[in-house]
Amino acid sequence: MTKVSMTVNGKTVSGDVEGRTLLSGFLRENLNLTGTHVGCDTAQCGACVVHVNGEAVKSCNMLALEADGADVGTIEGQANQDGSLNVIQQAFQDHHGLQCGFCTPGMVMSAAALLKENPRPTEVEVRKYLEGNLCRCTGYHNIVKAIMAASGQDVSSIAAE
Amino acid sequence: MPKDSGIGASSKRREDVRFLTGAGNYTDDINVHGQAYVHFLRSDIAHGRIKSIDTSAAEAMPGVVKVFTGKDFEGVGGMPCGWEVTDKHGAPMQEPPHPILAQGKVRHVGDPIAAVVADSLEQARDAAEAIDLDIEELPAVMNMKAAAQDGSTLVHDDLKNNICYDWQLGETDDTKVDEVFANAAHVTTLDLVNNRLVANPMEPRVAVGEYKRGTDEYTLFTTSQNPHVIRLLMCAFVLGLPEHKVRVVAPDVGGGFGTKIFHYAEEAFCTFAAKACNRPVKWTSSRSEAFMSDAHGRDHVSKIELALDADNNFIGLRTNTYANLGAYLSTFSSSVPTWLHGTLMAGNYKTPVIQVNVKAMFTNTVPVDAYRGAGRPEATYQLERVVDKAARELGVDPIALRRQNFITQFPYDTPVALTYDTGDYNGTMDKLEVAADLAGFAARRAESEANGKLRGLGINCYIEACGIAPSNIVGMLGARAGLYDAATVRVNATGSISVMVGAHSHGQGHETAFPQVVADMIGIDESMVEIVHGDTSKIPFGMGTYGSRSLAVCGSAMVKATEKVIEKGKKIAAHLLEASEADIELKDGQFSVAGTDKSVAWGDVTLTAYVPHNYPLEVEPGLEETAFYDPANFTYPAGAYACEVEVDPETGQVTVEAFNAADDFGNIVNPMIVDGQVHGGIGQGIGQALLENCAYDENGQLLSASFMDYAMPRADDVPFYGVDHSSQTPCTHNPLGVKGCGEAGAIGSPPAVVNAVLDALNSGGKAVEHIDMPVSPSRVWAAMNS
Repeated sequence: MTKVSMTVNGKTVSGDVEGRTLLSGFLRENLNLTGTHVGCDTAQCGACVVHVNGEAVKSCNMLALEADGADVGTIEGQANQDGSLNVIQQAFQDHHGLQCGFCTPGMVMSAAALLKENPRPTEVEVRKYLEGNLCRCTGYHNIVKAIMAASGQDVSSIAAE
Repeated sequence: MPKDSGIGASSKRREDVRFLTGAGNYTDDINVHGQAYVHFLRSDIAHGRIKSIDTSAAEAMPGVVKVFTGKDFEGVGGMPCGWEVTDKHGAPMQEPPHPILAQGKVRHVGDPIAAVVADSLEQARDAAEAIDLDIEELPAVMNMKAAAQDGSTLVHDDLKNNICYDWQLGETDDTKVDEVFANAAHVTTLDLVNNRLVANPMEPRVAVGEYKRGTDEYTLFTTSQNPHVIRLLMCAFVLGLPEHKVRVVAPDVGGGFGTKIFHYAEEAFCTFAAKACNRPVKWTSSRSEAFMSDAHGRDHVSKIELALDADNNFIGLRTNTYANLGAYLSTFSSSVPTWLHGTLMAGNYKTPVIQVNVKAMFTNTVPVDAYRGAGRPEATYQLERVVDKAARELGVDPIALRRQNFITQFPYDTPVALTYDTGDYNGTMDKLEVAADLAGFAARRAESEANGKLRGLGINCYIEACGIAPSNIVGMLGARAGLYDAATVRVNATGSISVMVGAHSHGQGHETAFPQVVADMIGIDESMVEIVHGDTSKIPFGMGTYGSRSLAVCGSAMVKATEKVIEKGKKIAAHLLEASEADIELKDGQFSVAGTDKSVAWGDVTLTAYVPHNYPLEVEPGLEETAFYDPANFTYPAGAYACEVEVDPETGQVTVEAFNAADDFGNIVNPMIVDGQVHGGIGQGIGQALLENCAYDENGQLLSASFMDYAMPRADDVPFYGVDHSSQTPCTHNPLGVKGCGEAGAIGSPPAVVNAVLDALNSGGKAVEHIDMPVSPSRVWAAMNS
């Protein structure tokens, strides 16, 4: 076991992990931050996306030890200070951008990273960026629409929710 | 004017808040104090005879609690099949045993052989590698037609052959069918494959078993669409446990699409092992494990023949299908190629003579069972492909050919055992023609061609049978379960309401939509109504969520229970208002005496029910009612879909440029949720048509066992969809007039996509008659260059 320390959602945390412990496992098992989901074992589905030092990262594809000293953000830290939904989360609810909710944390974290680097993405840019995030429920329609709406674009001309 | 609350309003989903903030409670989020972890050692060969299993080294590994093999389950029942199909000669289907852990033979890659329970998952995995297996490999039975021949290797040695059943529906007189075809002016024939799929809900399956010795009680937390069904099957058929000592909880479930209906060996194992190990036992499937242990979907090989008269009327239809059931009978597998498939072969058309033949086959593959649509997509795909092919052969407009043959009089008795109560197929087609701007297609095709691309338009019509019922009929057809549902409406003293429902939401938004109904009936705010589901200890009973049944069946039970509550409320109100019960009306949350200004509020009546000081003596205190509802018939959603594709003739790449759906779901409670259901279904249907394929090699090795190899549709594979459900013919036999919308998209879209691809290819001057799904670039390129 090796001791690992990092900042998660603004709080300093630490724990003892094996060398093979993944960041996703550390978040879920050691910190009980179960909002980060694991949907595959080949880094394809994106349900486990978190932010590491401001970058979107698949936490199932990174060892906990690699995140030692890092600044990690998870879905649990995304809401506004008063607990209300942030702009992206609110857009997902307003536009029915989620159904079963399992891919949702990864989608929201990827969307946040996208809008940080591209504040007004086109439909094509949103779809390309989400290549690493699988959703089986929505057919992506309302996810793409929600992200475009969260960027301040008028999505009323796109077909219904 | 859209409503802002109640039935017909696009109320935002209340469950979203927890899902968007990481506060959902999925099964893998549940950890029970002191739990151990199980890892299943699964077969890496398709077919073999187990000579010996030596677990001694594994048992000595660090952290190992116990190692189980098939021997530990010899006194225990096997996994049951919930539907006994009778073959065309009157014999019951062949029903081989399905042990929790393999006994004697392994029959597919992924078949569990042994289970290691250890303090940690890593220790369990490490120990499983120390199990010494001696398995004699046998030839794998993979090809269904070869498997049906005498002398084929047997998947199950004790069965007479690999045919589970040889089933028939519709016209039983072969001579009569032959005559129809002999007298036809035109016959169109098509051989096609409905590709094997993996449902792949994003949440892999999980089971946590717990046993409390002090009270002799079991709890199973599991990723299920129907916790009561799991409890019943596991208690009555597998482990022989008393139901009242077993609680099954399905908390937030991350998608199902059918594959989480079934009772799986891992659920029974964790429940059994929790007692045997005297510790809670947890299993979390990896995605790779899911590919080889979740029931697969589809996998039909069919020949369909359509006979038309000289005026292009459909006069006969005959199908011959081989349906793959895999190595064992999964819970509802036998019903899928039969009563959920053959019954739909009439489609939207008044074809007078139909004969459906199905041979269901055992092979050395993962069991196959219901996947979104379950039998209905397979029926629709055959029918709508052959209709399109007939139109092409006859040189007639595919929409006109369909319209000419539409059923227009309702109720309509099909030749394949169903009675459609309502529908307006021309109505949905009219909506589609406008929504998809079919009049503008020629111009769009010209534009594509100017860019060096081929453009195709594909049309598809579908009908589906949802809310499977009634129980007495499905019982006669072989179902070993009733297919009703139940709800309890518990009104609290202050007027808020908890509704315990047997349906189970795993993405469908019941927590939002169901309260809309109850609140609307009473005239109170939706926020005063809460749905409780997914826990057998909290709910009277329930058959769960599948087959687009939740609102039509469980919603009807909820309406009935609410009606009982209102009826009792009126008695109390009549007493308070000193009026006759017959004169009491309930509107906008006020009980009033008709024709007067005397009224009493909902909350005053509910408080009186629990503080019955001024109260009618003949009425029981309290306000809680339960109803069970068994439907009188299926519901019949129907619709028309249009897909436009572009094909790059240089590469064979197909892109979906537009997809429009016009559905008739009857009445709609929450249009936003309904649209979302259709979007998701279309996404999966495009996936089946263009991308997804569960592939085995001839030795039974699973080639597509991860998301690296199994092509799931991604955001850039699909367009925005147009969805129109304004054509509404309400269901005539349930109180809400609803029909169900969960599967329509997945049923209606694959034929539309493939018909569009064929239309594009044929527009290039090349006569391409057929292409199989998934329509990959290599298949398109081969078809264009053959």
